[in-house]
Amino acid sequence: MSTLTLTPTAERTDVVSEPLLDFRNVAMQFPNGTVALSGVDLTVKRGEFVTVVGPSGCGKSTLLRIASGLEKASEGTADLATKRIGYVFQDATLLPWRTVQANVELLAELNGQPKKKRAEKARAAIDLVGLAGFEQNLPKELSGGMKMRTSLARSFTLDPELFLFDEPFGALDEITRERLGDELLRIFVEQQFAALFITHSVAEAVYLSTRVVVMSGRPGRIVDTFEVPFENPRDPDLRFTPEFAALCGQVSHALREGHS
Amino acid sequence: MSATTTASAVPATALKPRFGASRRRTFLTTWAPPLAVFVLIVIAWYLIANYLISIGRTTILPTPNRIVVDSFFPTTGGRPITADLMRALGLSTGVAFVGLAISIVIGVGWAVVMSQARWVERSLFPYAVILQCIPILALVPLIGTTLGYSFESRILVCVLISLFPMVSNTLFGLQSVERSQRELFKLQGASRWTVLTKLQFPNAMPAIFAGMRISAGLAVVGAIVGDFFFRRGQPGLGILINNYASRVQTPQLFAAIITAAILGVAIFLIFGWIGRRAVGRWYEPAA
Repeated sequence: MSTLTLTPTAERTDVVSEPLLDFRNVAMQFPNGTVALSGVDLTVKRGEFVTVVGPSGCGKSTLLRIASGLEKASEGTADLATKRIGYVFQDATLLPWRTVQANVELLAELNGQPKKKRAEKARAAIDLVGLAGFEQNLPKELSGGMKMRTSLARSFTLDPELFLFDEPFGALDEITRERLGDELLRIFVEQQFAALFITHSVAEAVYLSTRVVVMSGRPGRIVDTFEVPFENPRDPDLRFTPEFAALCGQVSHALREGHS
Repeated sequence: MSATTTASAVPATALKPRFGASRRRTFLTTWAPPLAVFVLIVIAWYLIANYLISIGRTTILPTPNRIVVDSFFPTTGGRPITADLMRALGLSTGVAFVGLAISIVIGVGWAVVMSQARWVERSLFPYAVILQCIPILALVPLIGTTLGYSFESRILVCVLISLFPMVSNTLFGLQSVERSQRELFKLQGASRWTVLTKLQFPNAMPAIFAGMRISAGLAVVGAIVGDFFFRRGQPGLGILINNYASRVQTPQLFAAIITAAILGVAIFLIFGWIGRRAVGRWYEPAA
């Protein structure tokens, strides 16, 4: 099942230490005067899973929108070392008239890939997220978790080197959320892409990432950064160890400090 | 809550038979209530008509059986109107369908043009609204005197009356694409055309079909109204209604009105069915 034909890590030639995403002193002020971000320095390298936690409305999503090019920073530079970006939205953003298979094929289709190739890619990605057997189902027949799996599969079809996740599991119940987190982590360990993951769940941040970045409320600034010492692959029971709880406590503390 | 694992949800192939069974069940529940109401209306009709006849007002409301007998199987002299009615029905149906088809094409085209830029929408939408606001009855005599009383003029009336729902519904559908879906396409550098054909248009289909259903009903009204006010040219249902009314042939008048209503309902049902066939598979109306 895990024999996905996405580009193997070995063929990715870039030097590991070179950042794929590099934010320098990024600030964002909207035309209405709201300052969403100020002085953000942030880099994400291959093999790094960086999570940004912060209160709602702190500009976390703006960070991703700048990274993806959907918005332009009003100050500072946001450099991308790759064009292969996977963007996973807060909602699954599936096209309701397309089957799971056709939804997963969409991005490759928009990129003009030949039919046969994109169908194969999509099937491999569907396998990867555990949706085999549901290729012909329509979104309305899927649960929230399965819709998000479809959305994840879709983003995998373009072999992204950098993943941008905008609170993808925010709308799911906790059980589904943890299960999808486990699977995402498994795929990350296999493929070693770079990820920038936005969430407002501290436990999710600590469990998934190699580094947790804590942001303050408006204007969004980075108030603290935590390297996560746990080895990958991680055991789901890691969530119940004292070390895990201690780190969550530190992150929560930093959040409260930044908030006041 | 809902199922999330592959084991607990149902794959597409397993869903098919269940859908079939539920469709048969809903056939009864769909048609029985309106039929019951129909029976009640007919009963009430008989009661009121017989009461009116009993107090000597014989021409106001004929009983249903008198409508049928006098119109199609006259016993006391006169001739059946079956042939006239069928010819008029054919003509009005033709006008309604051609008018509707033109409305669909123009309405969708107009909306697509407006959906391309805010300034285009601002420039053109007021005219769609004006079109909707003009009292069509005031325009009909004008169309007759300037363009004649031909088939084409009747179609023009039909289009004027049925165009607006197509324009507004299509525009609404094209513009109601979710922002994140639009951004999904934008991130892939999709062209305007791709966004239109792969995102906006499919997204608009439920609204377009809803518009078609409304326009279809209006097209029938347009066909009959045009005819009714032209009072000349080949006689459609409108002219028949006018004639029977002026001759106080009440049973025949009712027969013509009921025929017009049946035409409207039939077109409405046809487009409802087409819509369900086209988008019912995936579309979930908000509960």
